[in-house]
Amino acid sequence: MPNGRMEFMGDVYSIWLREMIRYVRARSRVVTSLITPLLWLIIFGSGFSSSLSFGGPGGSTNYINFLAPGILGMTVLFTSIFSGMSVMFDKEFGFMKEILVAPVSRTSIVLGKALGGTTQASIQALMILALSTFIGVRISGTLGLGAALVLILVTIFFIGMGFVGLGISIASRLENIEGFQVVSNLLVLPIFFLSGAFFPVTSLPSWMKFLVNINPLAYGVDALRYAVTGLHTYALTLDLAVVFGFFVLMTVIGSILFRNVR
Amino acid sequence: MKAIETHDLFKRFENVEAVKGINLEIEEGELFGLLGPNGAGKTTTISMLCTIVRPTSGSASIYGHDVKKEPGTVRGLIGIVFQDPSLDDNLTGRENLDFHGRLYKVPRSEIAGRIKDVLELVELSDKADVIVKKYSGGMKRRLEIARGLLHHPKVLFLDEPTLGLDPQTRRHIWEYIERLNKEKQITMILTTHYMDEADQLCDRIAIVDHGKIVAMDTPDNLKHDVGGDVVIMTVPNGGEQLKVKLEQLEFVKSTQLVDGALRLSVDKGETAIPIFMDVARQEGIAVPSISLHEPTLEDIFIKYTGREIRTQEAADGFANMHARGRR
Ligand SMILES: Nc1ncnc2c1ncn2[C@@H]1O[C@H](COP(=O)(O)OP(=O)(O)O)[C@@H](O)[C@H]1O
Ligand SMILES: [Mg+2]
Repeated sequence: MPNGRMEFMGDVYSIWLREMIRYVRARSRVVTSLITPLLWLIIFGSGFSSSLSFGGPGGSTNYINFLAPGILGMTVLFTSIFSGMSVMFDKEFGFMKEILVAPVSRTSIVLGKALGGTTQASIQALMILALSTFIGVRISGTLGLGAALVLILVTIFFIGMGFVGLGISIASRLENIEGFQVVSNLLVLPIFFLSGAFFPVTSLPSWMKFLVNINPLAYGVDALRYAVTGLHTYALTLDLAVVFGFFVLMTVIGSILFRNVR
Repeated sequence: MKAIETHDLFKRFENVEAVKGINLEIEEGELFGLLGPNGAGKTTTISMLCTIVRPTSGSASIYGHDVKKEPGTVRGLIGIVFQDPSLDDNLTGRENLDFHGRLYKVPRSEIAGRIKDVLELVELSDKADVIVKKYSGGMKRRLEIARGLLHHPKVLFLDEPTLGLDPQTRRHIWEYIERLNKEKQITMILTTHYMDEADQLCDRIAIVDHGKIVAMDTPDNLKHDVGGDVVIMTVPNGGEQLKVKLEQLEFVKSTQLVDGALRLSVDKGETAIPIFMDVARQEGIAVPSISLHEPTLEDIFIKYTGREIRTQEAADGFANMHARGRR
């Protein structure tokens, strides 16, 4: 039914548009949220770059280049999960009722919000990437610059959608913002530290390696690192298959859980 | 076809029976009121009609469309002004309306004109591009009413539209509501725990208490039902004599002489007064003043529930204003 599909796309766009207006309006928060990842990159990157270098299949690189994709992954992770919180805010401030009583499908609401969060995460990550070139980060992998950027965008999109989906799922189940913060913090830090963002995951103890292997962000960071440095742990096809699967899975779970939102 | 119809509508939350079998038939163009104290189940009833709360049992339909089976169609027919705030404070008034227009598929070619119209109606045209955060409580309420009308709903629900507002703003909002109902023929259901609001606005009222309708009629009929009008005549001399004469009239239900004031309960005060005056003149008794008191909805509420609604109002109003302020 093409007419229905048009309407569906229109609804997704409307929800997305509102998320973006709110994002642009929160400019100061946007800028401050760039500071933390940049500081990580400058302090750790510059601190260790002189003494550490990494090699492996695909070439070798200094630490700041190694770390940069990890920081991109971190930015996407934090921004995405946080934007799941918009569901929480809408519930808390009553706007959710306006959306829920409107003639729009629940799935279009979830997709619109997820795309909004992912767009924000992508903008944040690309700003970090652009700024990081000033402190010496170079896209120096075997891919050309164009192909590397496409790979970066595709990867960010899938992990962004996945983690917004996770955020929406959590928000759909919880009643208050404090609860959301507790749960998301409990999840975010292990996901971040066990993603290979800081250190190579090849020589970890086996229990840690297991946790890394079931962490979708590890595959995202691996793909980003391949794009930036040419280094990688998993095959690129595996990376992309996992982040794509994660995106599909979380979107479906988010849509199902969101149906119970009041 | 009825605009709204419900059959034994029932809602149980975990351990509360909020709505216990409500039957309604509301005609197109009617301005219908649900009057009852806090916790009576008004919001829950409206939420079921709006498809955001699922009835435990019973049925409800809007223009023949069942709220359980066709929620999507029902949502397209209705507009609602929620009891609690539901605006996006970070958007401007115009952006809130524009978003609403998109969700309700108002044609893009018409949206600018419609936004202009509804903003004029609620006198917010000059605040259209101000962030809603900076609006006063009354302005926010008016914007919510404007938003409820933007997509030309066939049925508009207004849940406590003037809760916590100052008297002047309330009167203003009443005017909008009356005008919309008359000019645009929009069917409206309004909930309130203000007697004067229900009395002034509604064609018909259902008095709700503990999840049930205890009385339903036009405000006038409800009041006549309670015992007609009260006529009070001041009679400095000859009160007893006049009382005996007037008691003989068949339409006088009861009489009472208190401190030189004769109180008479009658069916229709307007027609009784000239007759009373004639009798007084024939008897040669001076009546310096006469007044007519209609029974209020308060009297009706007391008759059906044995309680006053008013005692709760002050406390509720405060609690609700508190809740609104927090949001
Ligand atoms: N989501 C809910 N969960 C549990 N109880 C509820 C819920 N909503 C309303 N109630 C209860 O149902 C009763 C009716 O509430 P409500 O419909 O809001 O009344 P009114 O709008 O007339 O003030 C109250 O006792 C209220 O506490
Ligand atoms: Mg209520």
